[in-house]
Amino acid sequence: MAPRAGFVSLKGFYMPVIVQGLLTIVIGVGGCIGYFYLSNLLLDKVIFPAKGENAGRNINRANQIRPWLFLFPAIFALGLYLVYPVVGSFWRSLYGRSPSDWVGFDNYVQLAASNEFQQAFFNNLLWVIVVPAMATFLGLLVAQLTDKLSWGNIAKSLIFMPMAISFVGASLIWKFVYANDADIGLINAIRASLGFGNPIDVMQIPFWNNFFLMVILIWIQTGFAMVILSAALRGIPEETIEAAILDGANPWQLFFRIKVPQIMGTIVVVWTTITILVLKVFDIVYTMTGGNFGTEILPSYMMDFMFRDDGRATAVAFIIMIVVLPVMIWNIVQARKEMR
Amino acid sequence: MADLKLTEVAKSYGSVDVLKHINLDIARGELIVFVGPSGCGKSTLLRMIAGLEKITGGELQIDGRVVNNVPPAQRGIAMVFQSYALYPHMTVRDNMAFALKIAKKSKDEIEAAISKAARILQLEPYLDRLPKALSGGQRQRVAIGRSIVRDPKVYLFDEPLSNLDAALRVATRIEIAQLKEAMPDSTMIYVTHDQVEAMTLASRIVVLAGGGISQVGTPLDLYERPENEFVAQFIGSPAMNLLPGRITGTGRQTAIAMSNGGTALSDYPSTDADMGAEVKVGVRPEDFRAADEGGAHIFAGRVDITEALGEVTLLYFETGESTDTEKGDAAVIAKLGGTHSNLRGHEVRLTAEPGKVHVFRDGKSLLYRDGKLTAPEAIPAE
Amino acid sequence: MDNIAGHKSGLSWVTNISVVVLVVLWLIPTVGLFVSSFRERDQISVSGWWQAPFSVELTYRTRGDGEVRPVDGGYVMEGNIFDTGEVRSSFEGGASTVSAFGDRGVAPAEYPAGTVAEIGDGETLQVNADGTYIYTSVEEPGNRGPRVYFEAETPPQFTLDNYRNVLTADGMDRAFINTLTVTIPATVIPILIAAFAAYALAWMDFPGRGLLIALVVGLLVVPLQLALVPMLNLHQRLGIGQSFLGIWLAHTGFGLPLAVYLLRNYMVGLPRDIIESAKVDGATDFQLFVKIILPLSFPALAAFAIFQFLWTWNDLLVAKVFLPSDDASKVMTVKIADDLLGSRGGDWGILATAAFVSIAVPLVVFFTMQRFLVRGLLAGSVK
Repeated sequence: MAPRAGFVSLKGFYMPVIVQGLLTIVIGVGGCIGYFYLSNLLLDKVIFPAKGENAGRNINRANQIRPWLFLFPAIFALGLYLVYPVVGSFWRSLYGRSPSDWVGFDNYVQLAASNEFQQAFFNNLLWVIVVPAMATFLGLLVAQLTDKLSWGNIAKSLIFMPMAISFVGASLIWKFVYANDADIGLINAIRASLGFGNPIDVMQIPFWNNFFLMVILIWIQTGFAMVILSAALRGIPEETIEAAILDGANPWQLFFRIKVPQIMGTIVVVWTTITILVLKVFDIVYTMTGGNFGTEILPSYMMDFMFRDDGRATAVAFIIMIVVLPVMIWNIVQARKEMR
Repeated sequence: MADLKLTEVAKSYGSVDVLKHINLDIARGELIVFVGPSGCGKSTLLRMIAGLEKITGGELQIDGRVVNNVPPAQRGIAMVFQSYALYPHMTVRDNMAFALKIAKKSKDEIEAAISKAARILQLEPYLDRLPKALSGGQRQRVAIGRSIVRDPKVYLFDEPLSNLDAALRVATRIEIAQLKEAMPDSTMIYVTHDQVEAMTLASRIVVLAGGGISQVGTPLDLYERPENEFVAQFIGSPAMNLLPGRITGTGRQTAIAMSNGGTALSDYPSTDADMGAEVKVGVRPEDFRAADEGGAHIFAGRVDITEALGEVTLLYFETGESTDTEKGDAAVIAKLGGTHSNLRGHEVRLTAEPGKVHVFRDGKSLLYRDGKLTAPEAIPAE
Repeated sequence: MDNIAGHKSGLSWVTNISVVVLVVLWLIPTVGLFVSSFRERDQISVSGWWQAPFSVELTYRTRGDGEVRPVDGGYVMEGNIFDTGEVRSSFEGGASTVSAFGDRGVAPAEYPAGTVAEIGDGETLQVNADGTYIYTSVEEPGNRGPRVYFEAETPPQFTLDNYRNVLTADGMDRAFINTLTVTIPATVIPILIAAFAAYALAWMDFPGRGLLIALVVGLLVVPLQLALVPMLNLHQRLGIGQSFLGIWLAHTGFGLPLAVYLLRNYMVGLPRDIIESAKVDGATDFQLFVKIILPLSFPALAAFAIFQFLWTWNDLLVAKVFLPSDDASKVMTVKIADDLLGSRGGDWGILATAAFVSIAVPLVVFFTMQRFLVRGLLAGSVK
């Protein structure tokens, strides 16, 4: 293909998509503003006008309805894209490959019996244990180490950077570490320089390859944990730390007995946030191994069935939902506690 | 139960000197109060004694041992912070036990120390509560209790009352005074910006200003014989009036011709070298009295505003051209006993006993030469 | 801590060094990708990116193309191997040193530089370290010169070829524009919807408010996977199918819980006095929202915008499901994960470049707007 051809086709074919995009922005934004403006206008001027003999009552009535005008688009979208799917997915998971083929809980039964599913479930368990623990631990470590450092903000910014990178991009980046070639992969280069002759493919080492994949997500999430924990550490009253120094605490005791207990709430929040993420991320496994070599996890396992067997795919998705459920409930309880 | 000695102690951040030439001896059992305007370095000095700030010059001794490089925990001091600094995740008991646990004291010892402190401070019902379940005053007592259990040689208080409301502040101030009385051997250093706290608690007050010690003395020393204009105006409320004049007579007493026409006589001694010198005459508002008909006056002016407080009346005078407006202390104030609201708009002439008239040359009191009282026998009678 | 008396400075050295080590560990993978994206394909496969600044020993294949002169008993061709047509472009940066040469592909380094090699049929070949070569032949050579293989130290070379290839020939330009097309509406629309809802949840009184807030908090953690099948089916039934419109709607729906939660948390913190004084001044809720709340909530709006932008830009899952899988509508993540990794798995230069193109925009956004991002993270998590 000639280098310029892409450019030409870009103009010939792509402008409409961009235009379409811009149009959507205009229609979407304009529609939103128009909706909010006109619906309020309608409410105040036509349905319950704030004049005439019932002005006072009308204002009150309008104010009772207005919140729902403000909320309607959000409730509609949330209901459609998040609430309905919980029910819809469950319902669909009771059918087989064809949406008209009622199978009851067969999908779940078959999943439970499948080796691959058990493998994916077990791997996911490993991920849920290892990734949040390591990311939180490293985040806390970096947050503490950089706390009083003159160049701490630069260091934090650099460790935070992977947050901006897509899981796909991150996977590619790590291919340059894991590649099965001493001239490309760092790990094999280090092995070669230590005198090991033949390169190994770390993605194919049974069991341990899971951990090499987790490293990628830990690499991304440590920055998140660090930013939040760093703010929490800063929030600890300086005087309690000075009091502990006067009380004779050494740096170790200061950290574990004074600082960590004071930010325990934040540590839990960070931990659960990363746990939830681990249950959603399929990109890394998909890009690095495609789920081969015993590295399948639930989200990537689900994608194996996507477009092929919707019944099975929704069953896997619903199992993920059930795993997340305790965290969801805990979150809601916490949120309600705060509001009081 | 220790004495402290500060020799030429200094603190600088880079090239900025925060404190310099701090020389101070603190005897065992004293309650020393550091006062000064905000930014004078009083908290910094306290934190240097605690070891929370490094000493960048000079020497600090506790009980004869130089402790410049001794970590805070090994100095035998305890500190009560302004915000109490209680560990929020520990109960009152654990808060008090923390230092002892770190020091690996036995369980019995810890329990004994806690129950003793709790008894003194009436904290027994609250030992198993978390700090957030306590009132401000109770938290303050826990903070003090945390110091007591360590049985330190020196107690340090960093504005401990400033987070309390007015009523509680008075009550807690009295408690601290009682605590000091119960522990006569313990040395306490107390930082505040509140001169009432300073006057009521201190055995000696250290006035800090501009990075140095302005004056050290008992509360009444500072009130009656301020060493310089700063201390004169800092101690006492409303502040001392400073009026310009020129020395016209020297000797055991000093005579001054006031710039705005009056004359003043002070018991402060002066030498021939002082003759004709420009000085400031200082009179406390409460020391002014109305001049006799036909007698000499130090100040005369028209009353601008009166504030009747019941037992006394404050008179604010219109200021003429001659008063020093630069320092922002332009208004001359007099405090007269009784009610005098009818004086508003009237011309009033004021004078004061020679024993209550302070004279400052170049900002320094004539009573002191090289930091020492010149003629002890010339000290004005009380 | 530095101010504490008796504090040993040894510890701060340990801190500094460990942070340096951590930062280097964190950066190495990305730096590798970045460096590799500027290297030639040949160089990538013979030396690691960490050797990029150094020369590498490469094997070249070329053909002598100098003037043929008849001499006693035969013909001679002389010239400089680096100047021959087939390899000239590789040595534009300066001459190099030949270490060995040969005349057969199976043994490209048969003879050390400087030796006179008998290569059969009465021909000899000599290649010197400085690149000059002498070829002799008894018979008149054909119009093609002799085949020469040689190994030479090659200076480090950086090139923009990968970028040229990726951006033109590999369809990444389309993918880039597709990503942009997905991202911008999917960022802007949820903000507006969420802002109104957040205001209602923060400052309006109505029955069921607490329940709705709890619902939003709960929906924060609903796994996306759950929505894929039912929503795709619904889109198909509605006639939206797999399309840009579909993915905009999907991203809007999936981004809303975080948007509402973040904005509500922020708006609740706005001073009540301001809102009440505006009401006393006679502002309606709509005016109050547009004129007071929105401008004041700018930091939270920016924070969420950055979140949603990064999320939609970096997303693979939603794009795979809600966009058609034809070349014309692939976004960058899909392009890399499905096309480049699959069909060109071995072309590391292209892979690195494609990855870097895809992360460049998020990195710029990240480094310029980090302040807002951090603020958003904190508002969303620490409570």
